[in-house]
Amino acid sequence: MRFRTIEELVELAIRHKMALSEVMIAQEMEVTGKSREEIIRRMDEQLTVMERAARRGVRPETRSRSALTGGDGAKLLQYIDQGKHLAGEDVLRAMAFAIGTNEENAAMGLICATPTAGAAGVVPGVLFAHAPRLQATREQMINFLFTAGAFGYCVANNAFISGAQGGCQAEVGSATGMAAAALVEMAGGTPQQSAHAFAIALKNLLGLICDPVAGLVEVPCVKRNAMGAALATVASDMALAGIESRIPPDEVVQAMYEVGKRLPVAFRETALGGLAATPTGRHLAEMVRTKENIETYDRGR
Amino acid sequence: MQEPKYRSVFDIIGPVMIGPSSSHTAGAVRIGKLARALHGMDVERAEITFYGSFKETYRGHGTDTAITAGILNMDPHDERVREALALAREKGVAVEFLESTQEADHPNTARVRLMTDMHMSELVGISIGGGKVEIVEILGFPVHLGGDVPTLIIRHIDRHGMIARVAQVLADYAINIATMHVSRKGKGEQALMTIEVDELPPADALTAMQAYDGIIGVSLLYLP
Repeated sequence: MRFRTIEELVELAIRHKMALSEVMIAQEMEVTGKSREEIIRRMDEQLTVMERAARRGVRPETRSRSALTGGDGAKLLQYIDQGKHLAGEDVLRAMAFAIGTNEENAAMGLICATPTAGAAGVVPGVLFAHAPRLQATREQMINFLFTAGAFGYCVANNAFISGAQGGCQAEVGSATGMAAAALVEMAGGTPQQSAHAFAIALKNLLGLICDPVAGLVEVPCVKRNAMGAALATVASDMALAGIESRIPPDEVVQAMYEVGKRLPVAFRETALGGLAATPTGRHLAEMVRTKENIETYDRGR
Repeated sequence: MQEPKYRSVFDIIGPVMIGPSSSHTAGAVRIGKLARALHGMDVERAEITFYGSFKETYRGHGTDTAITAGILNMDPHDERVREALALAREKGVAVEFLESTQEADHPNTARVRLMTDMHMSELVGISIGGGKVEIVEILGFPVHLGGDVPTLIIRHIDRHGMIARVAQVLADYAINIATMHVSRKGKGEQALMTIEVDELPPADALTAMQAYDGIIGVSLLYLP
């Protein structure tokens, strides 16, 4: 069982009456020669790393070495507890865990890249926010990651997943599509609905540039992970409501690839354009570069 | 059908690593660890020079901490990575960071010089993305190594018979040579052999090579 495109992935799931996650597991067994148990155990380990990273990241004291990020995941969780929020609680929790995971990444914590370190918050954020209300079992949570992985696999092999190659649309854009598709499956949607959720999510992040202040995976990455998690949730809702993407998912991936290739180098992780090149962005970069006593920073003197 | 670039689902849901950046943190740990493997013994003093993007962002990305963690023999997913500078101090390892304005061919370049008593080793590593690295210089000799296959680094005097002796030891241990490269500073001066092998050579094989007159040092670089 081998797929290379989203169309092939969905087609295999329908023909064999399997969940998308099962198709991913079957391909993994074939490609690596490893047993089903071994593959599932490994994904269970990745899930454990994600749980720990999100939990540690949402502590109020989390701070990056540059001190540019930290503590916002905790702020959002406290705000939800006050009960005066505007968006739905699960959407906000998805954002809080996405922020927390990325803040933990910036603070040199242990994370699982999904599909990259810079976009590592979106997939776990969406998973941890929605799993409790959907009463997802551990097995379903693991399957969520296989489904997310299946869509990411198609993006990575037909376009790119790094900001240096394709801008933020390739990182947070891909992660958002992956999370949306996986959430549909966890909520009981069909493989086609997963594919539409993926397409709707990625379409809305096309063209997003990678413009990290001071070249660090912090500003604006942390907040873009939050928005990715929110977008993934509503894209899943749209697909579950029966709304379809007029442009097929593989063509959206192709469009992302075309856009990414034509992005000027200033917008591909070089910190030469966008937010990084604003007066404040430049000022922060200079502060980080010259700062001798960055928080938790120990030069061994 | 052509083999896909990304084969496994764990290339997408993974790797598990210490943040924030696969190139500036995880890759830096690997460069440090390869330098430690080249050195072949506990380090007393380390002098690390950053170039390009490494120089611009090492404080924020923790590249200095990461490379120190590697010098202390940690892996990129070791949770002690972020405390590496304090751990180095506890172990009495003096670490110094220098910033070079010199142009490097690759933006993520670090030169690592390690010292123990009278023993010194030095390499230049580049971090090429996704945690992958390349060693481009060892003791002034240009090389091209990834460290993902077992690689013997042999420092010797440029004289006849050295290659034959090393090859004989490998034959004795039934180790196949995949690639081999020899270069020298000048006739009769210091020379360097880099040999990529298919099987992991045991410590005894390294000791056997080391015993020959004219061989100055043997180390094994391998980070699977």
